[in-house]
Amino acid sequence: MDEYIFLQNYWWLLISILGAVLVFLLFVQGGQTLFMFCSNDTYRSLMINSLGQKWELSFTTLVVFGGAFFASFPLFYSTSFGGAYWLWMIILFSFIMQAVSYEYRSKPGNIFGTTTYDTFLFINGCVGCILLGVAVAMMFFGGEFEVTRSNLLDAPSPVISRWVSEGHGIEAIFNWHNLLLGFTVLFLARTQANLYFINNIRADDGGRFMAACKRGTLANGIIFVVFFLAFMGVLLTSASYRSGGSGNVVAIEPYKYLNNYISMWWVGVTLIIGVVMVLYGIGRGALDRTYRSGIWFSGIGTVLVVLTLFWVAGYNDTAYYPSLADATSSLTIRNSSSSLFTLKVMSWVSLIVPVVLGYIAYVWYSMNRKPVTPQSVKDDNESH
Amino acid sequence: MNDLINVVDWSRAQFALTAMFHWLFVPLTLGLSVIVAVMESAYVRTGSAKWLALTKFWMKLFGINFAIGVATGIILEFEFGTNWSNYSWFVGDIFGAPLAIEGLLAFFMEATFIAVMFFGWGKVSKRFHLTATWLTAFGATISSAWILIANAWMQYPVGMEFDPAQMRNIMDDFWAVALSPVAIHKFFHAVFSGWTLAGVFVISVSCWFYLRKRNEAMALRSIKVGGWIGLAGIVGTLWSGDGSAVDVARVQPMKLAAMEGLYHGGRGADLIAVGVLNPSKEYDDEQEPFLFETKLPNMLSLLATHDLNGYVPGINDLIDGISIDENGDTVKTVSYAERIAIGKQSHEALRAYDKARAANDTAAMDKAAADLKATFQYFGYGYLDSPSDAIPPVGLTFYSFHIMVLAGGYLLLFIIVYLTIAYKKSSWLTNRWWQWIGIISLVIVYVCSQAGWVTDEVGRQPWIIEGLMPTRAAISFISSGMVQLTFWLFAAIFTGLLAAEISIMLKAIANGSKSDYDSLPDSPSAETQSPTQSTKS
Repeated sequence: MDEYIFLQNYWWLLISILGAVLVFLLFVQGGQTLFMFCSNDTYRSLMINSLGQKWELSFTTLVVFGGAFFASFPLFYSTSFGGAYWLWMIILFSFIMQAVSYEYRSKPGNIFGTTTYDTFLFINGCVGCILLGVAVAMMFFGGEFEVTRSNLLDAPSPVISRWVSEGHGIEAIFNWHNLLLGFTVLFLARTQANLYFINNIRADDGGRFMAACKRGTLANGIIFVVFFLAFMGVLLTSASYRSGGSGNVVAIEPYKYLNNYISMWWVGVTLIIGVVMVLYGIGRGALDRTYRSGIWFSGIGTVLVVLTLFWVAGYNDTAYYPSLADATSSLTIRNSSSSLFTLKVMSWVSLIVPVVLGYIAYVWYSMNRKPVTPQSVKDDNESH
Repeated sequence: MNDLINVVDWSRAQFALTAMFHWLFVPLTLGLSVIVAVMESAYVRTGSAKWLALTKFWMKLFGINFAIGVATGIILEFEFGTNWSNYSWFVGDIFGAPLAIEGLLAFFMEATFIAVMFFGWGKVSKRFHLTATWLTAFGATISSAWILIANAWMQYPVGMEFDPAQMRNIMDDFWAVALSPVAIHKFFHAVFSGWTLAGVFVISVSCWFYLRKRNEAMALRSIKVGGWIGLAGIVGTLWSGDGSAVDVARVQPMKLAAMEGLYHGGRGADLIAVGVLNPSKEYDDEQEPFLFETKLPNMLSLLATHDLNGYVPGINDLIDGISIDENGDTVKTVSYAERIAIGKQSHEALRAYDKARAANDTAAMDKAAADLKATFQYFGYGYLDSPSDAIPPVGLTFYSFHIMVLAGGYLLLFIIVYLTIAYKKSSWLTNRWWQWIGIISLVIVYVCSQAGWVTDEVGRQPWIIEGLMPTRAAISFISSGMVQLTFWLFAAIFTGLLAAEISIMLKAIANGSKSDYDSLPDSPSAETQSPTQSTKS
């Protein structure tokens, strides 16, 4: 295989991994939509302190996802962020509010009061999940942009990537195709938050908290499955653009994503394994009264499913950012990537990834050996 | 065209706003993380409950500051896409790499180990905890390294070539980017300035303890630790600042001329110690540049070239393309009018290349590519209308530079004096004058820190990438109204969060000052003692 093509594929794989891990870690956001309406103060405190030790991981993964996309596929960065301005700005505002809220919500002198910070967390929980889902869905259902490189020489109006829609991303938020994935992500995150609480919290209350989380898992899990099936139904019946040897779009292909799942059989198999693991994690996590490990099955399954979504979006000569305004402007992993040299350099850097994953896993394990309990929250000077 | 300029101005204003807010918190994170790690090291070595209390107190303040630093930081990375879309394509191949490496190498380290730092007490061993604290400090430092590499590259673009087929620059030498002298000096200058700021912060808060007559022993010990880190910081800042000045003279002479309000340069140039600029001065009139000034003879030449008689060009010299060669003879270089003409030829060559490529005319492509290569050095000038467009705002650059230098000199003196008092005359700290000077100096260190970045960023205007792309060609296809709205949203949200941060910080300081520090044992307690630990503190 040509080295450049190999590295473009490799970097799409890394983007896929970061995206998939990010969707799993959105259980933090899902949890933020749960505790605000919890009337039991102890339970609320347990949930917040359980999430409070993990929020930086999802936040950091989002930042690294952005940085890695910039380095490997800069044309996506300039087209999507500069075009769907409002979509990304709303996402970013919600994460800005999240970043201070855990630390400040219960500190004396926080000016705005605990409820305000909890509302910030709730907004970030909803907006973060739904709009990140919308942003990913645009990789299938497209955006209204044009890319004309020679604009660079038009001094009065030199911008290469232009969003044609006046909405600058707002229109994408109200596209029901995109929203299907947005709500899928939201209810998946809420389901997994319940599973995470079951795993991480010992409420010492005779199992009432755990039972409530299991009910939450079931209720959110059912809604998630409905949205997920609807999204997959739309996705698998959708047409999309196929690119040619130049890396640019040459034709529209019916059932493009279904074809991708079939022609790249290993992607289809991964999808099935992922779906089974998610369903097993949710099903057993919700229905088995003493089972606490549902998050691991569901989490790993989520990573696998999301990986396949990125793969069918980008591999097999598919436009991963289809343009609704001008098909030839659509972005593929061939026409939007960094140069061979930069991808090579970044690939050397990426060898550090196993080390990073290793220490994150070790620290996670060390910190989670002792579950969050009412006593541990009380004893901890830094509790939220 | 008018809206183009408005979009450029508002996008610049928004980036400046968000970056300046972020830089309120970053230097304290950089320095305080080291101070806390030193204190915790002392605790682990001695087992002293006093060191533990000190560590936890400053760590709490570190955490309050860190959270808002993270909140204000996320937007900066994404703003390159949202507001500087053209820039992101034109140089994303080079510029994206440091940002991605920063995330991979530094952010995960910080995010992972800061959780241990705050929630790991009692869950992990003391040594693991200490390692986590040091790794958090290390993560913050290498994070800044990659950001400063990225920033330095914008000021001194190296290690790339232009690809006319894709109309973008591509990297061809990673190490030239990562190890450029500008990046190295910038890294040390920014990190050491963070140590300085944190040192002054610790001294300042400790002086407030003295003012309120609370926990004076705790305050004294803090001044000693903060003072040493601050001293290392200010000395390192001065050293790296000297290196940066030479870099600026070499690669951004127009910035240096603006920093000094120097219109007509020469050999043995004088440094302005204090001065008031003539606000009506234009580069092409004969008015005096200063209403009032005090000069240090030959010092600008020394600063810029490390030679008392070195040549430093002024704004007019640069615009007219006048320089002095190694024999001391006046020589003509490329004037700015010529640069603009060559830049426009470069645009024409690229246009010709694009046409030839569309027509599949290889011979014409080769010719256009050769023309482009010969003229590309001044590609960015092709966007300018007149030489005056290439002059940065002299007033803001001059004043911010001089405020930074004067404040830096004051801070060196301040830290030396307070460190000396802490060791030799600690009773002076009970005097109100010393207390108030200590407290007020916190404002000076923040002003100094911000002024440094204002000098650096305003002084390089109109360039987003020196000589290659002015800010006006780097923007996104958005309206000025959109950017205005997000500007005011950022202004409102960040101001609100800053108010909350200061309020929480003040409460935490007040609570810390009331803690029962004096009764804590300074030797290992039964709980913390282990046979191998030293009892010295």
